[in-house]
Amino acid sequence: MLQTVSEPRADGAAGSVAGAQLAAYRFMLKARLLDDKFAALYRAGKIHGGVFIGKGQEALSAATGVSLKKTDVFAPLIRDAAGRLAFGEPIIDAVRTYLGSALGPMRGRDGNVHRGRPQTGLLPMISHLGAMISVVNGVLFARRMKGISGSVGVASLGEGATSTGAFHEALNQAAVEKLPLILVVANNHYAYSTPNSRQFACADLAEKAVGYGVGSHSVDGTDLAACLATLTEAVGNARAGHGPQLVVANLLRLCGHGEHDDASYIDPKLKKSPLGRDCLKVAEDFLVEEKIADAAQLAVWRSETIREIEDAVAIVQREPAPDPFAEKWCAIASVHLGETHE
Amino acid sequence: MSITYLDAIREAQAHALRADPRVFIYGQDVGAFGGAFKATKNLAVEFPGRVLDAPISEDAMIGLAVGAAIEGLRPIIEMQFADFSTVGFNQIVNQAATLFWRTNVSCPIIVRLPFGGTSGGGPFHSQCIEAIYAHYPGLVVLTPATVEDAYSMLIEAVAIDDPVIFCEHKFLYRHLKAEKLPSEALPVGKARIARVGRDLTIVAYSAMVHEALEAATELATEGWQIEVVDLRSVKPLDTDTVIASVARTGKLLCVGEAWPWGGVTAEVIARVASEGYGLLDAPPQRLNAKDTPVPYHPNLWTAHRPTARAVATAARKILRQ
Repeated sequence: MLQTVSEPRADGAAGSVAGAQLAAYRFMLKARLLDDKFAALYRAGKIHGGVFIGKGQEALSAATGVSLKKTDVFAPLIRDAAGRLAFGEPIIDAVRTYLGSALGPMRGRDGNVHRGRPQTGLLPMISHLGAMISVVNGVLFARRMKGISGSVGVASLGEGATSTGAFHEALNQAAVEKLPLILVVANNHYAYSTPNSRQFACADLAEKAVGYGVGSHSVDGTDLAACLATLTEAVGNARAGHGPQLVVANLLRLCGHGEHDDASYIDPKLKKSPLGRDCLKVAEDFLVEEKIADAAQLAVWRSETIREIEDAVAIVQREPAPDPFAEKWCAIASVHLGETHE
Repeated sequence: MSITYLDAIREAQAHALRADPRVFIYGQDVGAFGGAFKATKNLAVEFPGRVLDAPISEDAMIGLAVGAAIEGLRPIIEMQFADFSTVGFNQIVNQAATLFWRTNVSCPIIVRLPFGGTSGGGPFHSQCIEAIYAHYPGLVVLTPATVEDAYSMLIEAVAIDDPVIFCEHKFLYRHLKAEKLPSEALPVGKARIARVGRDLTIVAYSAMVHEALEAATELATEGWQIEVVDLRSVKPLDTDTVIASVARTGKLLCVGEAWPWGGVTAEVIARVASEGYGLLDAPPQRLNAKDTPVPYHPNLWTAHRPTARAVATAARKILRQ
C-alpha cells in the first residue's frame, strides 16, 4: 500500500523513515526542476549573471534541510536549492532573486544564490568560501547567551572551502565554544575545475574532525537514505549538546560549476563510478522498490511541481525591476551618518 | 582624579555592558587578563559571561559578531592591534559591511582597533588603516582624539545600528589625561574646532590633532593664528565644518599619520578643492607618514610620521605663499 503524503514537510521530526524519505525526495525533485528552469532561463538570456545548480547534490542538501527545524539556522551554499526548500524558503524567493525582482528578498541588490532572510535563520551567503561558518557560530553563540536552547546551525560547504583559513578558524571556534554546529561538506571532487588531488592530501576529509575535536561523519552523498540517517544522527548529536559535527558526503557534481561551464574537466572514470550515480534516480528507484511510491505517482508529482515552478516564474516575470531613481543609495541603516558627498 | 584615554575606553565599555544587556565583548586576552592594553580590566569579573577570550582567529571573531548581531546582540570586538584586523578584513568589508544593504537587516557591531604608532612598535604594531575601512560602503569609521571623545563616541557607537570601526590611538592611551568623563558631547559625524584661528586651517584626526595643536602653539609665537579642525569621524566626513573653516582662513593643510596614497588627507583635499576652490588663496597641502612600512627604531619612526615640528614646517611653507 502506498503511503500518502500530500505536501512535503520539514519539521525535523518526520513521523517515519519512509515518510522522511518521501518528504526529502519531493524537495530533491522540486530543486532539480527549479534548477532546470533556471538553466533554461539562463540559456534564453533571461538571467543577469550566472546560474549555479545543484545537480547530483540534492540528496545531501534535502537531507540537511529536512533534518532541521524552522527555528534552526541554515547557511546554504551554491548547490543547496533542495535544502533551502526543505528549510522553508519559498520557490518565489529563489525566482525573484534570480530574475532580480524588486519584490524579492534581495530587491535586485544581490542575485542568484546570494539570497536569504536572516530574520528567519536563513543566512545569505557571501561569495568568499568558509565565511558563513563563523556567522552561524555567532547566531548560536548569541542564542546561548540569551538563554535560548535547543537550536542547531548548519553551514554547507564544498570540499574546496575546507582549504580556507575561514574554515579552520570557524570550526576551531565552534569546537572551543562547543556550539551545536553541523558543517556539511559536499565533497563533489572538483572545486570549479580543481580536482581533489590539488586541493587536499588527507585520505578522507572526515579525518579532519579528529584534529578539531569534533564529531565526524562520512556518507555516500548519492544515497538519500544514507544521507538522511547520517544527518539525523549529526543534527541529533549537536542538538543533544555533543558539540560541532563534521559531515562529509562523497558525491560528484553532475553539472558545471555554473551554467557557463561545460565541466569537460571531470574525469569520465568518476562519472562512470558509483559516485556518478544521479541521486534523484537512486531515490526514485528506492521509493518504487520499497513500494513507497509508484511510477504513476512520481509522474504526477513531477508534473505538479513543474506547474508550481512555471506559475512562480510567470508571476515574477511580470513584477517590477528595481528602479535606480527610487534607490536610496545608502549602505548603512543610520541614514543620518550616510556620506552625502559624491 | 585624572582619567586617561585608555580609562575612558574601559569606562565606556563598562557603561555599555551595564546599560545594555545585548552588549558583550569578544577578543584575544580580553577576559580574566583584561586585554593586551588593559582596556577590559576587571570587566570579566564585573560582567560574568559577557567578556570572553577568543582564539587567535580574527576572521572568525568578526564572523561571530555578525551572527550575534543578526540575533539581536551588540558585540564589541577587540582587535589586539589594528594591524591584525587585516586577517579579519574579509568578514568586515564583505560580510558586516554588506549585510544591511543586501538584506535590510542591520549589523550593529563595533570593531575596536588599537592603532597608530608608538616608539618601538615597528611595522606590524603601528599601522593606521582607517582609510581602507572608510573606502568600503557600509562602515562607520571613528577616530577620537581626546579622552572625552574616546568615552562619548564609544558609548554612541554602541547605539549605532551599523558596523563601527573604532580607531583608538595607542600613543594616546596613557599619554592623554582628562579631569573627568564628559556628560555631553558632539554627536558622531560632527567635526570639532579644536583651536580657533585666522591664517591657516589644519585638518587632523586622532593623535595628529595633538601634533597640530602643538605646531599651532609654536606658530603663535611667530604671530600666526592657526585653526585646528579635529575630524573625530573620518566616515562620515564632516565636509561642511572643514569648508567653513577654510572659508575663514583661505588656506588648508591636512595632516594624517597614515600613508599618503589615497586616504583621509587626500579625500579632504579633494573635497575642499572641488567644493571650496574659490575659498583658497594657496594650493591645499597635506602631510602624511612616509610611503614605507612603519620603522622600528625611534630615530626612524620620528622621521616617518608627522610630528609637531614637521607640521609647523609644512604650515610655514603655506603661510609664506
